[in-house]
Amino acid sequence: MSLLQLKNISKIYGELKALDDVSLEVENGEWLAIMGPSGSGKSTLMNIIGCMDKPSVGEVILDGRDIAKESDKGLTEIRREKIGLIFQQFHLVNYLTAVENVMVAQYYHSLPDEKEALEALERVGLADRAKHLPSQLSGGEQQRVCIARALINHPEIVLADEPTGNLDEANENIVIDIFKQLHNEGTTLIVVTHDPEVGEVAQRMIVLDHGKIKTDRVNPDFGK
Amino acid sequence: MVVALLAISVGAAILSGLVTIYYDVPRQMGAQFRNYGANMILVSSGTDTEFDLDAVQDAVSLISGDELVGVTPYRYETVKIHDQPVVAAGTDMNGARTTSPYWHIEGEWPAEGQALVGKTEAEHLGLKVGSTFNVTYSGEGDEEVTDDFGTDMTVSGILETGGSEEDYIYISLDELEEIAGDGSLDIAEVSVSAVKESLNDYADRINNADLGVSARLVKRVTSSESSVLTKLQALVLIVTIVVLVLTMICVATTMTAVVTERRREIGLRKALGASDGSIIGEFMGEGVMLGIIGGILGAVLGFVFAQFISMNVFSSSISFRPLLLPVTVIVSVAVTGLACLSPVRSAIDVDPALVLKGE
Ligand SMILES: Nc1ncnc2c1ncn2[C@@H]1O[C@H](COP(=O)(O)OP(=O)(O)OP(=O)(O)O)[C@@H](O)[C@H]1O
Ligand SMILES: [Mg+2]
Repeated sequence: MSLLQLKNISKIYGELKALDDVSLEVENGEWLAIMGPSGSGKSTLMNIIGCMDKPSVGEVILDGRDIAKESDKGLTEIRREKIGLIFQQFHLVNYLTAVENVMVAQYYHSLPDEKEALEALERVGLADRAKHLPSQLSGGEQQRVCIARALINHPEIVLADEPTGNLDEANENIVIDIFKQLHNEGTTLIVVTHDPEVGEVAQRMIVLDHGKIKTDRVNPDFGK
Repeated sequence: MVVALLAISVGAAILSGLVTIYYDVPRQMGAQFRNYGANMILVSSGTDTEFDLDAVQDAVSLISGDELVGVTPYRYETVKIHDQPVVAAGTDMNGARTTSPYWHIEGEWPAEGQALVGKTEAEHLGLKVGSTFNVTYSGEGDEEVTDDFGTDMTVSGILETGGSEEDYIYISLDELEEIAGDGSLDIAEVSVSAVKESLNDYADRINNADLGVSARLVKRVTSSESSVLTKLQALVLIVTIVVLVLTMICVATTMTAVVTERRREIGLRKALGASDGSIIGEFMGEGVMLGIIGGILGAVLGFVFAQFISMNVFSSSISFRPLLLPVTVIVSVAVTGLACLSPVRSAIDVDPALVLKGE
């Protein structure tokens, strides 16, 4: 069975259908890119996959559980246990150091473990910046802290919303390299992006338009 | 945060300060009021028991030692000075000093062989400080003088009170006995530093003890005392409540601002899987910390504040009440906790999805 199944979901805001009868299956270990113009419903879809929102209609089966039927408490628990989030704006806590920011995710999940948090930073090449505050880090470095935090609890799905939106080319390539590494390790990756370069490297790409899936194709060049 | 801490400290300071004063005022005011004279009088209850010093002593022993300011027995006899009838009061001069602190004496308090002469009487008899006079006793009515030669005495001081005391001369009980022979006391004035209820209580106890003594309260003094006290304590209570409410508003405002400012962080924590409980714990914990630190700071400040007021208003110091520290801390924690309720509610209402919204 697929890791994630969306069955005919819609998200309706008054007159507006932000998502309109979307069905999608994501396999374990898959690397999926979601693209589409602004307002097409990408973030709305991310919110639902990330268990921060429920669809108005339809079923969302994540790892065998229907999140449309979960309580807020249940959603919180699924978020904590199964989802890793990467944001365009990084969302680091500005008064905590890099390693402490990573430990925040550990704190809500299990127990803060500084050694493990430092290893996660090492994986994204930031071991020597562990004690720096976000304000002392570049955008690319902040994004890598955010990635380390998303990975620390070994989530089943890593969701990234415009992860390279605020980065320059060099940092974008660093992030893409990290994604490749994650994919090779078997992590399921869902990346929302405007950037064709980021979309192109994914294994599979869907394009949303007006809340509907317009294209869904597997990248023939993947892995080359 | 600093503002909230300041608000709590000030609130707690005023709370602990006013409570200290609240409890200290009756004592302080009592001591002040005792300057206006006795608030209880003892008279013979008309039974066979003789109304003498022993009876007075027995009655007074029913009053708690630290509340008893003083007791003064009086025996009045009509004597003759220079053939003029004069009322002589035999009393205990040390007692009179405590029960009648408002007496103004020109000259000295009398020693042996000396007398205090009321101002009116002194003018009438033409006596001055240092004058000597001869006292004789004629018994009841106009009979023959018992002691032909009388007793010579010196005026040690002239008594001014603005009241009927100015019509008398005051000598010691022993000397009155020498002049007029044995006799029972007429009245004893008692000054007790206590509130009206316990005064009533003492009077009842004396009256029920069957000592041949009946106790009465000097209504004028006691009721004005307790009405002033009640009003003062009500005022203190109202001020305290108002200050606590203001503190609460201030803390609530600050915490709301903190929550608003940290909305994004709260959203992030929730997106990372923070439960409502841990968000509540975090902000409540902060509030409780504020309450504890503010409470301790305030309790200390409040004591200084109460001491300052006491020194300035009553010119006496107050003792620190150890119990007030935990009470102040508990009240400030309760006030901050209450103030945090609505900000914490808005913190748990933050939507985790806001982290995916571009800003
Ligand atoms: N809470 C909401 N209430 C009402 N309408 C909403 C809400 N959230 C999103 N929408 C609407 O749903 C549509 C899809 O929004 P969404 O944020 O998913 O777009 P997007 O594809 O992420 O766009 P962008 O690329 O600009 O981030 C938009 O028209 C938006 O205005
Ligand atoms: Mg978006």
